[in-house]
Amino acid sequence: MLNESNKQKLEELKKRYPTLQALVLPVLWMVQEQEGYISEESMKYVATILNVPYGHILGVVTFYTMYHAKPMGKYHIEVCTNVSCLLRGCDKIVGHLENKLGMRMGETSKDKKWTISEVECMGSCGTAPMFAVGEEYYENLTPQKVDEILDKLR
Amino acid sequence: MNINPIDSEGKSSWDNIILPNIPDLQGIQTYIANGGYEAFKNALEMKPEAVTDEVKKSNLRGRGGACFPTGLKWTFMPKQTTKVKYLCVNGDESEPGTFKDRQIFESNPHLMIEGTLIACYAMGINTAYIYIRGEYGRWINIVEKALAEAYEKGFVGEKILGKDFSTNIYVHKGAGAYICGEESALMNSIEGERGYPRIKPPFPAQYGLWGCPTTINNVETICNVPLIIKNGWEWYSKIGAPKHPGPILVGVSGHVNKPGVYEMPTGVPLLEIIYKWAGGVPGNKGIKAVIPGGSSTMVVRGDQLEGVKMDADSMKAAGSAVGTAGLIVMDEDTDLIKVLARIAKFYYHESCGQCTPCREGTGWLWKTLKRFEKHEGRLQDIELLMDIANNIEGNTICALGDAAAWPIQAMIRRFREEFEKRVSPKEARVPASAVA
Ligand SMILES: Cc1cc2nc3c(=O)[nH]c(=O)nc-3n(C[C@H](O)[C@H](O)[C@H](O)COP(=O)(O)O)c2cc1C
Ligand code: SF4
Ligand code: FES
Repeated sequence: MLNESNKQKLEELKKRYPTLQALVLPVLWMVQEQEGYISEESMKYVATILNVPYGHILGVVTFYTMYHAKPMGKYHIEVCTNVSCLLRGCDKIVGHLENKLGMRMGETSKDKKWTISEVECMGSCGTAPMFAVGEEYYENLTPQKVDEILDKLR
Repeated sequence: MNINPIDSEGKSSWDNIILPNIPDLQGIQTYIANGGYEAFKNALEMKPEAVTDEVKKSNLRGRGGACFPTGLKWTFMPKQTTKVKYLCVNGDESEPGTFKDRQIFESNPHLMIEGTLIACYAMGINTAYIYIRGEYGRWINIVEKALAEAYEKGFVGEKILGKDFSTNIYVHKGAGAYICGEESALMNSIEGERGYPRIKPPFPAQYGLWGCPTTINNVETICNVPLIIKNGWEWYSKIGAPKHPGPILVGVSGHVNKPGVYEMPTGVPLLEIIYKWAGGVPGNKGIKAVIPGGSSTMVVRGDQLEGVKMDADSMKAAGSAVGTAGLIVMDEDTDLIKVLARIAKFYYHESCGQCTPCREGTGWLWKTLKRFEKHEGRLQDIELLMDIANNIEGNTICALGDAAAWPIQAMIRRFREEFEKRVSPKEARVPASAVA
């Protein structure tokens, strides 16, 4: 269920597009921001309020990598491993993170605190290597810097 | 490899016009105090066709990857139509090695808004969507704030500045998919669909968003428009390379001392960009190769960089392309096979899966390259890679397939020895014909 402020936001957004279906991405964003992920129940809810089939919502959620159908760790660390980051030592950052957190890329810790994953180019190629935690970008990373960031988040 | 630094200290003589060095320019007060929205006001005094004409004569070419002439694209929009018309400003920016539009969002969002307004006026458009990749949440906030300011000042909305012209501009947030930068996938994404590219024709100017005439332009392209209207096409067309003029944002990454986004006129030699702007290569190493315009563009050998410039003609002559002007520099110690395998993995991951050659081919390319990466390549695998790439190129709905094929073809043609070095010793002893 969308909370009150998101419901209001939805009414505003409706004025921006000629179809309800165009609100699929914006509403999925709202749900994910509210709940942390997009459950099957939420997908059914979105399908109902936007008057599109559930299968369509499921198709959209699975197509876009930023939508999560399962809960993620409280801190989702996304490390770019694409070319420019590779050239500037993202391997070291990946290894360091895996060692520090005792888990592998793609995993979520048992206490649901951390998820670490590899991602494609994030548009930080000039400040590589980098990772993002939510909307926050951490750039020009070194193992020491990673330690400081992890300590701050812990 | 023997490359003499041109000037490792030299400062550029170029004064930025897309990203001027003015503090707080993202605030509308500062923007207006520095002449902002004047071009839009000028445009409103012109006939819409005259605005398009100005852009056409300026020779502005798109900065989204294909260098397509912008004014010409605008003329494809039907003038007599009962349908609604749309503009999409493409800020999906997901091509590896590209990080320039982000700089515009961050330091000069009003230039983009002003350009969007002028484009809408020229084409008779009343709704524009600025599509920004979902990862850029922070930058979306900056753009939303700038938009709110522009609405408040009456530059956007109904009856703008008391004229009979209304335009709304909205930000649409992506959700993680490189393919949504492809213009038809972008439109599907706005419509609330999966980001599947559409078969063309029909082209967007005929059948775009919700079946209506639509123009798609890159963020940086749009930012050039106010400059042209303010200073005139003649002024603009004299900047940089005559056939591909104007300022261009070059994002330099990889093995350079000062990576970053640099604004310069088109036509600057790549060596000058690397040594003069980006501070040269760490440890004074030689350059093994560069990828000049984002991961889709063809690799150029370091020993063939002499005279190659950042403009469409020069890059074409060098067997590559300007692309997004995301220049990736690789020093003499770079493992090019590893780099190529990573690029192949990217396209495999980002293929939307609609076309068999792209869906399957990108996977085979990646798997085969992984064999080389582990020194387990077979001699005939080099031909196999070329074959797969050739079978993808030109046989797909959208250009992602080509973009996956080009880097492979170029790397094999220009660095065959790198592949041969990675053939498994076991395999190398057996004649290729015997192993098939
Ligand atoms: C796979 C793929 C991804 C693309 N990604 C982008 C992008 O992120 N941003 C962009 O402006 N153009 C991108 N393009 C190019 C667009 O399709 C389109 O040509 C461009 O936005 C037109 O703008 P321009 O004429 O101003 O360059 C992409 C093309 C393909 C095939
Ligand atoms: S070429 Fe690839 S990305 Fe483009 S439509 Fe076909 S399968 Fe999708
Ligand atoms: S390659 Fe890592 S941010 Fe672009």
